[in-house]
Amino acid sequence: MKVPFSWLTEYCDPGLEPEQVAELLSMRAVEVERVTRIGVPSTDGFVVGRVISAERHPNADRLRVCEVETGEGVQTVVCGAPNVAAGQTVAMALPGSVMPDGSKLKKAKLRGVVSNGMILSERELGLSDEHEGILVFAGEHEPGVRLDSVLPIVDAVLELDLNPNRVDCMGVYGVAREVHAITGEPLADPPWDLDAEATGSDGVETLASVRVEVPRLCPRFSARAFTGVEIRSSPAWLKARLTAAGMRPISNVVDITNYVMLMTAQPLHAFDLDKLPGGELIIRAASEGEKMTTLDGVERSFDSETVLVCDREQPAGIAGIMGGLVSEVSDETSRVLLEVATWNGANILRTSALLGLRSDASARYEKQLHPELALRAQRLASRLLVELCGATLEPGTIDVTAEIPERHRITLRGERADSLLGVELAVEESTQHLARLGFDPAPHAGVDIEVTVPVHRHYDVTREVDVIEEVGRLHGFDKLPRTLPAHAALVGGLSPEQQGRRRAEDVMRDLGFDEIVAWAFVDPSLADRLRLPAEDRRRSAIATANPISKELSQMRTMLLGGLLDAVRHNVARGAQRVCVFGSGRIYLPERPAEASENEVDAAIGVLAGSFAGRIASPALEPHRIGAVAIGGLAPDSWVTTQTEVEAAGFFALKGALEVLATQLGGAVAFVAATEPFLHLGRAARVEADGRAIGWIGELHPLVSRAWDLPPANAFELDLAPLLAAAAAGNEVYEDVTTFPAVLQDIAVVIADDVSAQRVREAALAGGGELLAAADIFDVYRGVQVGENRKSLALRLEFRASDRTLTDAEVTAVRKRIEEELARLGGSLRG
Amino acid sequence: MLARIESLRIDGSAAIAAAPDVAALEELRVRLLGRKSELTSILRGISKLEPSERGPVGSGANAARAALEAELEDRLVELEGAEVERSLVGESIDVTLPGAPPVATGHLHLLTRTRREIEDVFVGLGYRVLEGPEIEHDFYNFTALNHPPGHPARHAQDSFYVDPATLAEGVVNDHGLAPGPQEVLFRTHTSPMQVRAMESQAPPIFIIVPGTVYRRDTIDATHSPMFRQVEGLAVAEGISLTDLAGTLEHAAKALFGTERKTRLKPDYFPFTEPSVQVDVSCFACEGSGRLADGTRDSLCKGSGWIEILGAGMVDPNVFGFVEGAYDPETTQGFAFGIGIERVAMLKHRIPDLRLFFENDVRFLGQFA
Repeated sequence: MKVPFSWLTEYCDPGLEPEQVAELLSMRAVEVERVTRIGVPSTDGFVVGRVISAERHPNADRLRVCEVETGEGVQTVVCGAPNVAAGQTVAMALPGSVMPDGSKLKKAKLRGVVSNGMILSERELGLSDEHEGILVFAGEHEPGVRLDSVLPIVDAVLELDLNPNRVDCMGVYGVAREVHAITGEPLADPPWDLDAEATGSDGVETLASVRVEVPRLCPRFSARAFTGVEIRSSPAWLKARLTAAGMRPISNVVDITNYVMLMTAQPLHAFDLDKLPGGELIIRAASEGEKMTTLDGVERSFDSETVLVCDREQPAGIAGIMGGLVSEVSDETSRVLLEVATWNGANILRTSALLGLRSDASARYEKQLHPELALRAQRLASRLLVELCGATLEPGTIDVTAEIPERHRITLRGERADSLLGVELAVEESTQHLARLGFDPAPHAGVDIEVTVPVHRHYDVTREVDVIEEVGRLHGFDKLPRTLPAHAALVGGLSPEQQGRRRAEDVMRDLGFDEIVAWAFVDPSLADRLRLPAEDRRRSAIATANPISKELSQMRTMLLGGLLDAVRHNVARGAQRVCVFGSGRIYLPERPAEASENEVDAAIGVLAGSFAGRIASPALEPHRIGAVAIGGLAPDSWVTTQTEVEAAGFFALKGALEVLATQLGGAVAFVAATEPFLHLGRAARVEADGRAIGWIGELHPLVSRAWDLPPANAFELDLAPLLAAAAAGNEVYEDVTTFPAVLQDIAVVIADDVSAQRVREAALAGGGELLAAADIFDVYRGVQVGENRKSLALRLEFRASDRTLTDAEVTAVRKRIEEELARLGGSLRG
Repeated sequence: MLARIESLRIDGSAAIAAAPDVAALEELRVRLLGRKSELTSILRGISKLEPSERGPVGSGANAARAALEAELEDRLVELEGAEVERSLVGESIDVTLPGAPPVATGHLHLLTRTRREIEDVFVGLGYRVLEGPEIEHDFYNFTALNHPPGHPARHAQDSFYVDPATLAEGVVNDHGLAPGPQEVLFRTHTSPMQVRAMESQAPPIFIIVPGTVYRRDTIDATHSPMFRQVEGLAVAEGISLTDLAGTLEHAAKALFGTERKTRLKPDYFPFTEPSVQVDVSCFACEGSGRLADGTRDSLCKGSGWIEILGAGMVDPNVFGFVEGAYDPETTQGFAFGIGIERVAMLKHRIPDLRLFFENDVRFLGQFA
């Protein structure tokens, strides 16, 4: 909403600069986004002039040489406008004036005649786009009068950023009321108080009729008839106001409807009565698929909830949104039917969204206007039509009204207001604020106030708390003291899960990974690029019904896609080593577990996708952590050779994952497995507490190729089960110092296809309780161990918690280990 | 004899002090104290002396020997030390070459770091951290937050809706909610957790809710279809707007510096009443609107104030949607919502929202 400052101060003038008024409005009422200056940089040199004579220029057919009375003598001015004529009262710029574009007007010789100034068009003054001819006053001003005293040739415009609850401030008078409430400066009487005199002889009832078929969607429809209307250009002051408010002047009748809307917030529509067959209007719901061409020349099609204003034969406008071409006011119009209606706001909003069509009218109607406003607008518009268009108002007003809502009466309890605002407000102060806002406050039981909500705030202020906001804001929210709540009984903090997640993220960072944040939306083609087979459940993604684009239309079921996109971005920009991780949710079409009774206290289960609340969430959103590494985990440096860096592959990332688990106080196991997007021989399932929680592996070469990447390794895990299996913070002491351990190294020669895991598990099985650890520390393949065989070196740690082991005991245990290894086909070497 | 011993000791001391290196010192040890040395032969010949001479000569020779041994040892330490020092000279390295860290320096994403900063401020004030679903029922996202169907605010936040055919069966209808194409959506704010939290716990309740939210905006420098918020909710007896003002001023100072001031302006949110916008005094121009060089501060657009968040007292209608312990007539509380991206952009002068989602390591690496 653009509010011309000169217009605003006509109704309430606090004698302040526009910027000061803007600041007050922002702090106490409605946000003023910016203040812009329009018009001429300085008003000096701009005066009213009277053309004494206008003769053809001796040397140019299209120029006139005029003698103009300027108050300080008669000046000779050369003018190119076709409409200049003797006797006109015009706007003049004398030499030295600075024009709106910043250029300075000088005396100039035009085809041999010296011109002492310029007769101005509306466009030259920034008042409108009119430049066909000069601005001609109706004759009411004396020559020599400063132009800025009769026209707003310089002005400021306050641009309001209005919230949907303040439709009253979509009218200049509403904003003036706020300035009045804030400053206490007098507010001029409402411009709609006086009505025009109905001097016609026909009466509206004989000229027109209205039938409302949908009273629920049209609480009020009023219409007045005007005859003898002279369509012409609006006077300069009206054009100036509309232009400053951001609207284009068209013709007097249309300009008046716009002006009244900008003043009152109530939209109006003028019909050419002669183009309405029989003067009939029918307000009805559209039939499904019905079509009409709107004023903007677009043919539109409607659904059955759309309300149309129709003549006897066809639709004449979309209710509350836009008129139609058929009965538009034109230069030939001489009889006008003026519609001022009240529509159902929710329906206007719905229809406007459906059609993708918003207008100045719909922006007001959609916020719901009170039916009372319609008659205010009728009165003000009638006066202007009579005054500016020479129209005759026909007696009577067609007024088809459903129920007019009663004004709300609310009791404001002083105690409640003080408790909510946290300060004690004097009854006198609150009363004054409410009186200025038009709430008719009356004292009630000493400290309370009874108010009657004015119609322009009817839908915004309905409860005591809304009235408290009114007195609070006018008192000044910025004046409130700062206090902290007293709530000693409460304990804050992160849940163990949230602490665990922070720790997991910190470990990844400390291992040299950069955290990325990826889109939760993915392209449906991602599943193909990851080679997911048709039956893979990760293809069942939750989809957006109204995506911005296909690329962002599904919700991710894995973190991997986003991680790969981030790696590609960096590799494409020359990064050699990219190690990134992500910590975030995936979105699955599964039913989450119902939250436990005391979810807020426990705060457990959030990472698994179980949230507080009576109704379970519609989808499952478990938290995951995933990583992709290209190049070595260790940074490239002048000490490291390139080969060392490249050597870091699967096992480097596996090591990082093991560190992650260990740092969380848990352990993970790895079982050879396949995933469609991983190298079939270099992939594993990751388990915690015997439960699958994710995967790790080298990316399938075709997947790497799809993202233009060199070989890369990746993992992805569910965080909740990893943390559930972790004991960080709850470790129990184990005595490892009183009785020393016996360490022995063995080398097991075994077939290549027996996994290290199986060898280690066999050793642990044979070792029983006395074998505390069996760690693989070397792998050897070569002629000495034979083809398709390998040698695994294990360090065995024998220990008992209650005695020092004897050689005989160790030998016996070791024999059982050898037996277990032999079952796998292994033999000890050396 | 005693004089000879004394002269042997004096000459020996001088020779030890003059020994140039460890090898010369070893030769000297042999010459002075070895089996063939004069001192050794004096000691060996004691038995052949007169009995009266044996005592003084023996003790004199032993003392001389002990003194020389001690001097040899001291000189050896001295010479060895000097020799190690000499050898180290050849092992010099250029200590100004870069270090070779065992692991690279990783980074948390700035949004994670900023979220944690905000969390820690409120944890310090006694708040707990809750998280809620991003895919949400219309009931929690709009209806229970006092956005009835047809309310203009529903359209102010253009929503992404979920294609119901892609959800698990029954997640909507089983709760008696109206099944429709717009029943399930991507939450447009973190506020739905206000109601979820209150359904799970009676007052007093002090929580914050960090999380991802979605609006149907096209991506540009200041808009993203996906961004992050931290919701706050405090409900307890007698909580007032001044408590909201004090809490948020504390948070603004903690996040943007202790010299910051805050101001509250009227605003509108359907689920708070009164509603306020909170501005913080600009930290680039110290609230003056002009930078040190006199130019207009672009961060606060010359106003000296920066809008950081929206807040207000919880609307009684919201309490009315919570079944149970929240009587709209008597319950009071405040709520607020902070944009994580916004805080990070302001604090670190990040000009373009897209930088957060591009994940360029040259960007990520700027924030420790």
